[in-house]
Amino acid sequence: MMKKASSKRKNIGRKLVKFFLTAYAIFTAFLFLFPTVVTIANSFMTQKEINANYGAMISNFDKNETKKTFISDKLNLKLIPDKVSLEQYKTVLFKSSDYLMKFWNSVILVVPIVLFQIIVASLAAYSFARYRGKLKELLFFLYVILMLMPYQVTLVPNYIVADKLGILDTRLSIILPGIFAPFSVFLLAKVMRRIPASFIEAAKLDGAGEIQIFTQICLPLSKSAIFSVSLLLFIDYWNMVEQPLIMLSDTDYHPLSVFLSKINTGDVGLAFAVAVIYMIPTLLMFFYGEDYLVEGIAYSGGIKG
Amino acid sequence: MTKSKDEKLPKLRGRTLKKSEKITEISFLAPSVTGVLLFFILPFFVVVYYSVIDNPINHEFVFFDNFVSIVQNEAFLMAAKNTTLFSVIAVPLVVVLSLLLALLLDSKIPFKSQLRASFLCPMMVPTASIVLVWQVMFHKYGTVNQLLEVFEIESVDWLKTPLGMTVVILMFLWKNLGYNMILFLAAISNIPNDILEVATLEGAGAFYKFFHLKLRYLSPTILFVTVLSLINSFKIFREVYLLTGDYPDSLYMIQHFMNNTFSLLEYQKLSSSAIIMSLVMVVVIAFLFIAEYWFGKDVE
Repeated sequence: MMKKASSKRKNIGRKLVKFFLTAYAIFTAFLFLFPTVVTIANSFMTQKEINANYGAMISNFDKNETKKTFISDKLNLKLIPDKVSLEQYKTVLFKSSDYLMKFWNSVILVVPIVLFQIIVASLAAYSFARYRGKLKELLFFLYVILMLMPYQVTLVPNYIVADKLGILDTRLSIILPGIFAPFSVFLLAKVMRRIPASFIEAAKLDGAGEIQIFTQICLPLSKSAIFSVSLLLFIDYWNMVEQPLIMLSDTDYHPLSVFLSKINTGDVGLAFAVAVIYMIPTLLMFFYGEDYLVEGIAYSGGIKG
Repeated sequence: MTKSKDEKLPKLRGRTLKKSEKITEISFLAPSVTGVLLFFILPFFVVVYYSVIDNPINHEFVFFDNFVSIVQNEAFLMAAKNTTLFSVIAVPLVVVLSLLLALLLDSKIPFKSQLRASFLCPMMVPTASIVLVWQVMFHKYGTVNQLLEVFEIESVDWLKTPLGMTVVILMFLWKNLGYNMILFLAAISNIPNDILEVATLEGAGAFYKFFHLKLRYLSPTILFVTVLSLINSFKIFREVYLLTGDYPDSLYMIQHFMNNTFSLLEYQKLSSSAIIMSLVMVVVIAFLFIAEYWFGKDVE
């Protein structure tokens, strides 16, 4: 009897702990989602409503905006629009080409970097994984050190080369160093080292050449890792700020990631729609490839490698 | 490389195979190594060279004059101070909190996959997209101050006072917790179950199991997450720049200093500060690895 009662009490205690933990986790998750949800919700407001709510943020608004009477002197963070409207999107997509141009700037910088870094890196990773040697180990160590260096260190060498090659102020000055960044070499080599040697030996006995082994055994077996790494690369470069600020003095070439920061000095009324359009590619990838992303992160920690 | 010479009796077929392997080995590696040499390694030597000469026209060797002048440069000192302060606070915080978050998700609670997705979401959303919301929240007339007013706390201009650091740290945590949490989750699931079960049978409490067993097994991951967070802490410039622009009042970081030096093309300053930073990084990372070696020695 006593035992039963105490185990019952224990059970209730456990349930309470579980309840509080769950409540706490959900609350934290809500905080994590909050800024994104606000951005999306606000993108469906009319420009007038946005200006009324956030007008006070535009620098020197009281000088120029006195004629419009609806501007609140406080900023009102609102979750639900007064009237759901696609006005912002229409303006961004059809009336002003400025934002689409910047979006295109982002695409044209990021896509070649991801694509070619993956090609260059998977070749190098194969070589690192298949053939060992003292010199190789040393080289790999160098890649790791390089990977750990922050931008503040690598940007100076990058800038000097771009200057010497005469590609400063062109997109190549960002794309080329991006292609040869060592991050994905490191990750893919770790993954490829796990391919059993017996697979490769068997293929050799069947008369497969080196290139065939690479394209028909190695690549298919590391397909999911390659996808994971591409995702991580895409997210990182889609967010770039440092490189364009230094390499591209002409702001016309700047990607949307840099340009969006200046929007609050101008067109707040459109900012949220532009922000949502900008997050669509990464969010789509997230919904489509969340498991790959998680796997990729685990690879990067060497936990699954 | 030396092996092919050592082999005294190479079979003909074996030898040609070796050769073709050698060709593959080198040609597969060539594009990457060329690029790394051209864009990172060789110019780094140029950086070293620039750091010890007076200017790119004169080429006069001046020893450590550039380093001396950079550590006396007020802008550099302020930037170094702010960057260090940020990393010293934010990195331990993000490591501990993401470990706690991973333990939370590892416990028996419902909605795990939904929770995991929401914690990962900030990593996916470009900073530039949500920076406006942060600005609205921490503006002088913004949401946080309005909330504080309810409790009759005086409002502050968050981004323009030393409190700006708090905002940036929050943003860093928000952005990086998810990634680190996944790393910890993967590591936790790798802890051998039988050890924990034996401990439970022998009457070990949850605290004992955590501090004496789990933490030991997690120590390589803790090191990795620390290194990763340290590197990511230098990327906080993105958020700071997007929030406050080129010349922030209290959040002047190393990258600001470098950007402004780039625009003036002062190679000596740039080179010597890049070298100082790389030395600091090497020392810090080496220290972390040694610490991990001592701490994780007795796991295996």
